[in-house]
Amino acid sequence: MEIKGQVWKYGDDVDTDVIIPARYLNTSDPKELAKHCMEDIDEDFVDKMSNGDLIVAEDNFGCGSSREHAPLAIKAAGVSCVIANSFARIFYRNSINIGLPILECPEAVAGIAEGDQVEVDVDSGLIKNLTKEEEYQAAAFPEFMQELIDAGGLVNYVREKVKG
Amino acid sequence: MGMTMVEKILAAHAGEDKVKPGQLVNAKLDLVLGNDVTTPVAIKEFDKIGVEEVFDQDRVAIVPDHFAPNKDINSAEQCKMIREFAHDKEITNYFEIGEMGIEHCLLPEKGLALPGDIVIGADSHTCTYGALGALATGVGSTDMAAGMATGEAWFKVPETIKFVYNGQLQEWVSGKDLILYTIGDIGVDGALYKAMEFTGEVIENFSMANRMTMSNMAIEAGGKCGLIEPDETTLEYVKDRAQRDYTVYKSDADAEYAEVIEYDVSEIEPQVAFPHLPENTRGISEVGEIKIDQSVIGSCTNGRLEDLRIAAKVLEGNKKADHVRLVIFPGTQEIYRQAMHEGLIDIFLDAGAAVSTPTCGPCLGGHMGILAKGERAIATTNRNFVGRMGHPESEVYLSNPAVAAASAIKGQIVGPKEVL
Repeated sequence: MEIKGQVWKYGDDVDTDVIIPARYLNTSDPKELAKHCMEDIDEDFVDKMSNGDLIVAEDNFGCGSSREHAPLAIKAAGVSCVIANSFARIFYRNSINIGLPILECPEAVAGIAEGDQVEVDVDSGLIKNLTKEEEYQAAAFPEFMQELIDAGGLVNYVREKVKG
Repeated sequence: MGMTMVEKILAAHAGEDKVKPGQLVNAKLDLVLGNDVTTPVAIKEFDKIGVEEVFDQDRVAIVPDHFAPNKDINSAEQCKMIREFAHDKEITNYFEIGEMGIEHCLLPEKGLALPGDIVIGADSHTCTYGALGALATGVGSTDMAAGMATGEAWFKVPETIKFVYNGQLQEWVSGKDLILYTIGDIGVDGALYKAMEFTGEVIENFSMANRMTMSNMAIEAGGKCGLIEPDETTLEYVKDRAQRDYTVYKSDADAEYAEVIEYDVSEIEPQVAFPHLPENTRGISEVGEIKIDQSVIGSCTNGRLEDLRIAAKVLEGNKKADHVRLVIFPGTQEIYRQAMHEGLIDIFLDAGAAVSTPTCGPCLGGHMGILAKGERAIATTNRNFVGRMGHPESEVYLSNPAVAAASAIKGQIVGPKEVL
């Protein structure tokens, strides 16, 4: 899957409350959630971003609540990929489960600035900074997680397994 | 080389003799939990899997506690959806308002989470049951759906950090202060992807309430879970509650830890976490002059009877400051009733508190105590992120119940010694 877009950059500990504030959790409709994506950290995010843009952040992205509404909101807003130094574990798990591409790559986080044009090959983990003409390599996913990703998320994987 | 508690629990549930950190395993689940915010998403995913029934009607728990009693029409729709699902699937452990409590206070009370269990919950504070010696961890709604369908989940075996607490506790210092101090020390990602194990003479002497408060906040250090070895206190707690068999797992003496961190608790005073991260902790003597608009006592972190007793001890014969709103949330109906029998509710009402039916409401800025722009709250809850309790420009300070009660009286953040 090819991903290409402009980068919006954030710092450490971007928590799920700022990704999608709880006041909007009285619905689980991804389109509704998307309207408020990143609202409490970057009020205009949804208005200024374009479909396919990427989020790049530093440590512990997605910390806090287990709300799957956070990766759902990011995905439905049109963000194509999140790259960070590290992800909080529930957010990491949720993203893989729902098929939001995420990559851990400190070199990319260090090299990429806000506004850079970036292209990502999720299968190989190769991140190209088109603005700076640099390349960064994210670590490969463990085999089982790659299987989940290839299946299109946990539900598809389990559905096949249940069918036997 | 021996195994840690977490490794033993995962090995037993994966049908393996031994597991090692980093290994991916598929493990059987003892309980799958969801609430009114996360279960609707899980139901949509469950329906896509193509099974008719949940794996075991007695091993799914659904608790409408976040926006319940229904705060608006959308919330009412979400609660209706999970109620109907629970009815359709004949789920035994669905708790309607009037019998429900805040999920992480309720499930241990009902004996639904037990030593040696693996529990996944679509709520990050599911790690609370680590206090019973269970591997309990928060997951998202899709994992909840797959768990309900198959009774299994995949796990990466985590490394474990061992925390050892020794020494004499200062007056008014509780489990909340030790966990806040720990998070302040290691940071909000200090235990990322790892299990935390809380040990030492202080933990051994702790009540279940204090232990649950500590395990509850393991997630605030990024931890997968926060376990405490079951002992007589644990077994006494589960004795009359458990309705099924359980197994006590203890870490081997030669188990391998990622790190061992020791604390002398005699140096720890009541802690306050400043906005906007739980790691921004300071001792109460270093807080300075912080005026508050609201004090919140309750939640899955500090809504147990013991917490209410401590709050009552500080509030008895006192009144909240005129400009402060004091809201108190007992964790379950049973806790509420007991607090009433003990006269605690009278003390709260006399102090000018609003006492609520159990709900997560204010903790996550849902309802029942939202902050306006520029307002500040002291809260016995677990998170002080930007906008956590309301307006993005409001502030939450985290503390134990004694500090929250004293602060309500004084109108600014102070320790109980300032008002007694």
